[in-house]
Amino acid sequence: MEKKIKFLKDKANTIRKLVIEMLAEAKSGHPGGSLSATDIVACLYFEVMRHNPKDPDWSERDKFHLSKGHCCPAVYSGLALSGYFSIKELMKLRKLGCLLQGHPSRCIPGIEVASGSLGQGLSIASGMALAAKMDKKDTRVYCLMGDGELQEGNIWEAAMSAAHFKLDNLCGVVDYNHFQIDGSTEEIMDIAPLADKWKSFGWHAIQCDGHNIEELLAAFEEAKTIKQKPTVIIAQTVKGKGVSFMEHVVDFHGRAPTQEEKDIALDELNKNGC
Amino acid sequence: MNKMEKIYARDIYGQTLLELGKKHKDLVVLDADLSGSTRTVFFGREFPERFFNFGVAEQNMMATAAGLASSGKVVFASTFAMFAAVRALDQVRNSICYNNFNVKIVATHGGITVGEDGASHQALEDINIFRAIPNMKIIVPADGPQTKEAIITAYQTPGPFYVRLGRSKSSTISNQGDFIFGKGQIIEQGKDLAIVTCGIMVNESLIASKMLKEKGISATVVNLHTIKPIDDDLLVSIAKKHKKILVCEEHQTTGGLFSAVSEVLIQKCPTQVKPIGIEDEFGQSGSPQELMDFYGLSANNIAEKAQEFLRQ
Repeated sequence: MEKKIKFLKDKANTIRKLVIEMLAEAKSGHPGGSLSATDIVACLYFEVMRHNPKDPDWSERDKFHLSKGHCCPAVYSGLALSGYFSIKELMKLRKLGCLLQGHPSRCIPGIEVASGSLGQGLSIASGMALAAKMDKKDTRVYCLMGDGELQEGNIWEAAMSAAHFKLDNLCGVVDYNHFQIDGSTEEIMDIAPLADKWKSFGWHAIQCDGHNIEELLAAFEEAKTIKQKPTVIIAQTVKGKGVSFMEHVVDFHGRAPTQEEKDIALDELNKNGC
Repeated sequence: MNKMEKIYARDIYGQTLLELGKKHKDLVVLDADLSGSTRTVFFGREFPERFFNFGVAEQNMMATAAGLASSGKVVFASTFAMFAAVRALDQVRNSICYNNFNVKIVATHGGITVGEDGASHQALEDINIFRAIPNMKIIVPADGPQTKEAIITAYQTPGPFYVRLGRSKSSTISNQGDFIFGKGQIIEQGKDLAIVTCGIMVNESLIASKMLKEKGISATVVNLHTIKPIDDDLLVSIAKKHKKILVCEEHQTTGGLFSAVSEVLIQKCPTQVKPIGIEDEFGQSGSPQELMDFYGLSANNIAEKAQEFLRQ
């Protein structure tokens, strides 16, 4: 177990470095939420999900949908490190003619459905989960949502229907970093109490530290055991996690690091790395 | 024309879905609390395991349709045209069309003939909206039998579709010939002017052409059931043979059939084109026939407008 945790921590640290590098190179994008989601992404791609980078359409794969599409640098890095495409592609992010669009597009190996317009992802993931049930497959579907995104009504429509259709093969994850573009979620439009909301919609809710690999893995395992209802993991996270000058700083929601900031950030991440 | 009893195109939609569902196990049907009105209930009763009612939540229905389609299902999603085109537009654009998914949006209650429910329920901009979205294909069938052809075509043709049906019963048009997706149909051949139209306006235009004949005017009537992709070749050949073209639609005159026809002709064969449709205003309550008369969409209005156009 210790070995596994160290392996995942290393992966997460590598993802964080790639996120910083690719965003500095792109000169635009969203570091804050990418860094807060990194440990969740590392757990999913390198431990929790059944998938095959050599065959992205493998019929027995589990599915992942990034509802908070703007945090794709973390997912793109996870996909590249898994082997879906070359790591070199990451440095072409957001450039004309590139594979890696500013928000996920279906032409990217490993991306099931495009995203970017917030609030639609849980419905999309529910559709995948419904299809798996119809086809009598044991596919599990994971949907990563932002906290600001939970202000969209569509999320709660999907929360209602996923419980109604008893989608126990669906696992939502909320990256609860408490910040959105205009400020803190508490100040802009408070979404608390989150666990109570999901429970009242008929979901099994698990709260955990979204940067503690052990807690995340335990939450994903627990989710697999819950029958007749979907599960949501409310992961308490830190916006900009891992780069001290970005942590809890709302400005880094949608601003890429400068070259200088990139060097400082990489220095810090290299020191953290083992 | 008009010999057979009037029928609900949405009845034909429901029956066709049922027939397709028996043959094709990948067909899934979604509705948002209007399954009785849209007739998806026929399918739902027979195949409850492949039918999902989302309640009053069109956005959720459309985005879930995308997820189902991503997993290999051919999804028919139905509601009223107003809610499909306006309420759930972001989901249709970003989750369905951008991904080029196999989601077939079949909306009923398009146009002013929704009637008594009034402006909030009369979709008069749906064709305009969907025409602007890449990958979307649009069919507005003229009658019941053509509705069946449109639904089969939508099932068989990859990618997203919008099929617009009305609420009221419609007359069945004869002499249409075979339905070919993307190809308009010349139903009546004349020489003085051409009327290009779709949906229930085809029947009105045919009645108008009869009225015109009595005045010594012969009109060509074209059923342009497929609005996207539009039949450029047919439009150019019509424009070459007619100096004036009247476009009749149960829709705003901005962005719908009139715009689509004009966009082709201005580039390929400039011709005088005039619209008959709703002119930048909301509808109101009334019986379908009263509304058709009030907004100038009925056969006698078309015949009058045609004569005025020819005098100009």
